[in-house]
Parts: sequence; structure tokens; C-alpha cells
Amino acid sequence: MFYRLSGVHHTRYSQTRQLWPIPADRWQVGILLVLALAAPLYMSQLYLSSYMLPWLIFSTATLSLTLLMGMAGQLHFGFAAVMAIGAYTSIHLTRFGVPLELALLCAGLMSAVIGCLFGAAALRVKGLYLVMATLAMQFLVDWVIVNVTAISGGAVATLQTPKVRFLFVPLESLAARYYLALAWMVVVTLLILNIKRTSLGRALVAVRDKDFAAAVIGVNIFRYKLLAFFVSSFLGGVTGAILAFCFYKAVTPSQFNFDVTIQLVAMALVGGLGSVIGGFLGAGFVLLVPIVLLNLIAWLAGTGWLSISTSMMAHIPLMLYGAMIIGFLLFEPLGLAKIYDNARKYLLVWPFRHTQS
Amino acid sequence: MSYFLELLVNGALTGLMYSMVALGIVLIYKSSGVLNFSQGALVMMGGYAVWQLTEWGLPIWLAAMAALVVMFVFGLLIERVLLRTMVGQPIIMIVMLTLGLDVFLRGFGPGLLGTEPKQLDIGVGLAPLIMGDILANRTYAVGALIALALVVLALLFFRTRLGTKLRAVSDDHVSSWSVGISVERAVAISWGLAGLCAVAGGTMWGAAQGVDWSLTALLFPAVAVVILGGIDSIVGALLGGLIIGILGSVIPGYVDSMVGGSTRDVVTSLVILLTILIRPYGMFGREDIERI
Repeated sequence: MFYRLSGVHHTRYSQTRQLWPIPADRWQVGILLVLALAAPLYMSQLYLSSYMLPWLIFSTATLSLTLLMGMAGQLHFGFAAVMAIGAYTSIHLTRFGVPLELALLCAGLMSAVIGCLFGAAALRVKGLYLVMATLAMQFLVDWVIVNVTAISGGAVATLQTPKVRFLFVPLESLAARYYLALAWMVVVTLLILNIKRTSLGRALVAVRDKDFAAAVIGVNIFRYKLLAFFVSSFLGGVTGAILAFCFYKAVTPSQFNFDVTIQLVAMALVGGLGSVIGGFLGAGFVLLVPIVLLNLIAWLAGTGWLSISTSMMAHIPLMLYGAMIIGFLLFEPLGLAKIYDNARKYLLVWPFRHTQS
Repeated sequence: MSYFLELLVNGALTGLMYSMVALGIVLIYKSSGVLNFSQGALVMMGGYAVWQLTEWGLPIWLAAMAALVVMFVFGLLIERVLLRTMVGQPIIMIVMLTLGLDVFLRGFGPGLLGTEPKQLDIGVGLAPLIMGDILANRTYAVGALIALALVVLALLFFRTRLGTKLRAVSDDHVSSWSVGISVERAVAISWGLAGLCAVAGGTMWGAAQGVDWSLTALLFPAVAVVILGGIDSIVGALLGGLIIGILGSVIPGYVDSMVGGSTRDVVTSLVILLTILIRPYGMFGREDIERI
């Protein structure tokens, strides 16, 4: 079928150690990349701006969170706050005339520094208590952003992003914003894919599996936990800035509140903790499926098959979203990535049934 | 001075009302080691249940009694359907499961019964309680009394035969199994008891501020209470509630006018953070020693 392994013989170490050793995988990635690059040509403006763009950006955010939660095993329930720091930093810097390239970098650094404060809690506690600590910090950051008018301009104020250009291209058209988000997504994806193969990735996995045991075999858990928080918060901060500049174009504090954090964690979990493809599948699922199902139900109600009150209708997305989280945790705790993996393994040896890898 | 005393008294009363919500979390954590992030939603469901039963014509106290039964069964159901399959899964999965339940119930309750806040009249009256030159909210005072009663009941319950089983389960699942205690049943019962606490909390908070989805926001102060008091300590829930309530009333009373509002959440967040950084297991919690 698609994954034909016959005739694939790796004769060099570099070939077996490449990212996608099987040609079919390389083809898939290539086709997807071409499709993504050509998206502004064949997609309507509506689809591009209200489905594709948020999906890309939230996938990137989920990948940043995956680095921390899936690979380093540090639970983080304040990631929306980290993204908010990045967004607000970049907007204020560009308002002062700093070019966007530099502003993105500073946004990342700012998030990373404050994110390391979150990490300071991780050095002392873990598991449930880390969830609490990060959750408390989420509320603190929220409060600071809302109440310090120099940052947000107040609880209900929106902050417009100024007109900026990235590498001499003005970020006015939808296509330009889309390509910036796509480029950042590619960078983060490659980074996360490759981190798994470095000593840093292996150290993070050791810390995740049992931090005391990792310390015994000589991994400096102090350093690696902080490093994980630093890198992940940096990526999250830049993603927050990209989210503000490419998608929202005007930020309010409520765009980064606790519900967004839950959404991000749900994306990581529904996709499958620690897998890269899971980040994309999970973000797409959590963002799009409630919309699709709601449309389906609205259509059913419209044709008279189903009678629902309006207040029920308004709350169905929330219920679907909650039920989806519960359903995945109960029936496929390893997430959509596992489902994809099962299908791929089946096709690898098709028409035979026994998988080897 | 009387301003301070008024803040103090009202804060203490509010704090005891928080304890009522926190007690549900403590009961579940004590038996199963699961931190129940859906307790706020359970409180909301408890409030809705009482309201719906009064709508059907039951007098309020009868409605509360019936709601106790309903929510006890609801708690058992949650354990049976959701939590039992999650045994042995990593902590993040269980946290997310209860958060998912919270999101679901937040949509389910208001979706079924309408979003507008529901009045819940428990016959206490709106006139404030006057003690010297201090005014206190009468509903909160009744709620505080009920909270105290619940805590005493919970303490007594843990001295009964069933309570002893629950304590054994909280100490060690495997050892409990080996002496013939049904761990599943103990965990289920603790979820049922959390449902009972949710009805008490939902009724009193519903009477104080109306029943709607905003009751789920009680989760955050309740979490602060259990963190401060120690997640597995009933007395801790009581004292933690008092402290959080008083701090969350006195500090905003003086600071809010300076910084522009909602300092209460900040106080709560800071209490959580400082507790975790200084003494993670709280005032009365059990310190776990970890082995490789």
C-alpha cells in the first residue's frame, strides 16, 4: 500500500537516523507542506482566516506545551498566561517602534524569564502541587495584566496591534500573516522533532520518567527542569505574539484567561502527550470538532428532527468540548496520535497482520 | 476599628462557606488521592437540583433532603462511570478528567435549566444580623453554622466503622485490599459524600448569590483552602477556610480602593503560591516520603 518497505535498504548510519526513514512518511510530509504553502491559492479567505490560521497557531502553542508536559513531564496550567506575556510585550515594543523581528525575540525572552519563575515552583514540588502553583500564577498574571493599565489599558480595553512589517513584507494581507504563522510553525515543529534526538531530549525524558532516578544517573534535574521551562516559555511567548499579530490583531486580557489554558492542555492530551503529530491533530480536533458538531445539530434542529431550546443550543459547544476531553481520556488515553500510529502500523505490514515495529 | 471587625466577621463567615465547598474536595482526596476540580460544578449542580425540586412544588427543606439523595447517587455515578477506569493513570489524566467534567457540567446545567440566575429562598430573610455595631449577612451566618456542622459530622463519620475503612483506604490502597476492604466502594462512597457537601454548598451559596454557572468559580477559593489546610485534612479545611475568608475580606477591604478592584483573587493566588513554596503539604496535610 502506501508504506512500501520492500526495496528500502539503508546502507549508511545517516540514512537510518534521519527524521523520516521511510519514504512514504517523507512523501506525506512533503505533500502536506506543499498543500500548506499553497493554501492561500485554493482556500477561500473565510476558511483561511477562521479555520486554518488559528489551527496553525494553536498547533504551535500546543507543541511548545508538549515540550514541557509531554517530554519533561512538568504539568503546566498557566500556559495561556505565558502566551499573554509574549503578546503584550511584543505589542508594546512595536508601538515604541521596535521592528517586529526584534520584538518577537524580546517577547520570547520576556516570557521565558517569567516562565522560569513558574519553573522555580517546579524545582520544589511536582504533580498535583505543580498544577496548583502554575494555576495560581495564571491568575496572578491575569490580574496584573487586567489591573495595570499601563499594560492592558484596563479590563475591557482592547489593544490594537500597530501596522508592522516582517522582513520588509507588510503584515497587512491575510496571506502575509498566514505565511508568518506557517513559518513559525515549521521552525517549532522541526525544533521539537529534533530535540527528541539530542542529549537534552533524552535528559528531559529521564526527568519525566522519574526525576530522582534521573538525578542518580547523573542528570542535573535542577538545570534541565529550568531549561525545559525556559525553552517552552520562549516558544510559547513568541507564539503568543504571533497569535496577537497574525490572528487577533487586537488583544484583550480575556483572550488569554484560564479557559484558554484548559483548552491548550486539552489539545495536548487529546492529541496524545509527547507526540508531535498529536499537537496538530489535537489542536485541530479541539478547535474544529465542536463547531462541526454544532453545525450538524443546528442543521438537524432546522430540519425538525430534533427539538432543542435556545439556551441548550448555546451551551452545546461547551458540553461537547467537555465530553470530548472525558471521552478521549476514558477510551484512548494516548490520544489521536495513537490512533494514527495504529493505522500506520497496520498499513506498514499490510496485507499481513503482525507488526514488527 | 468597627470597619475592621466587620470585615473580619464577614470574612470568617464567608470562609466557613468556602470550607463547605472545600470539604468535598478533601473527602475525595482523602480516599482516592484525586484532586476533584469539578467540585465547583458539583456545587452548581447541587444548587440547580434544589432549585428544580422547589420549582416542582416541594418545600425548601424537603427539596434539600431530596437533592441530597440525588447528588449522592450522582457522585456514585461519577465514580463508577468515569473514575474507575482511570485507576493507575498518570495524575495529569485524572486532573484533566475532572476539569473535563467541570466544563461539561458548566454547559449541561445552564443549558438544561436556562442561564438566568435562579433565586433560592431558604427562609432566612434579608435583614442583616446586628451584633453591636457590626452588620453581618444572615445567609452567610446560617451557611457558616451548616459548614461547622458538616465538619463536625465528617469528623464523627471518620470514627465510625465505615469511616475507619475510608481512613484505611486513604492510607494505602493495596493494604486495604489485602485485608478485605473494598477500595472501589470506599472511593465511591467518598464521591457520594462529596455530592452531599455539594448540595449543602449549592443551597447556601445559591441562597446568598443566586444559582447560576458562576457557582463553579467557587472552585478556586476552595482549592486555596485545601492547599492551605492540607489536602487530606478535614480540620485543615475548616481553619484554611477561616484564614482564606478573613484574608480575602480584610485585605481587599483596605487595598481594593487603591489598585482598582478584585484583589481577592490575588490574595487567594498568593496564598496558594506561598503555601506551595513554603510548606507544600499545607498546615495539617500528610507529608509523603518518596522512594525511587
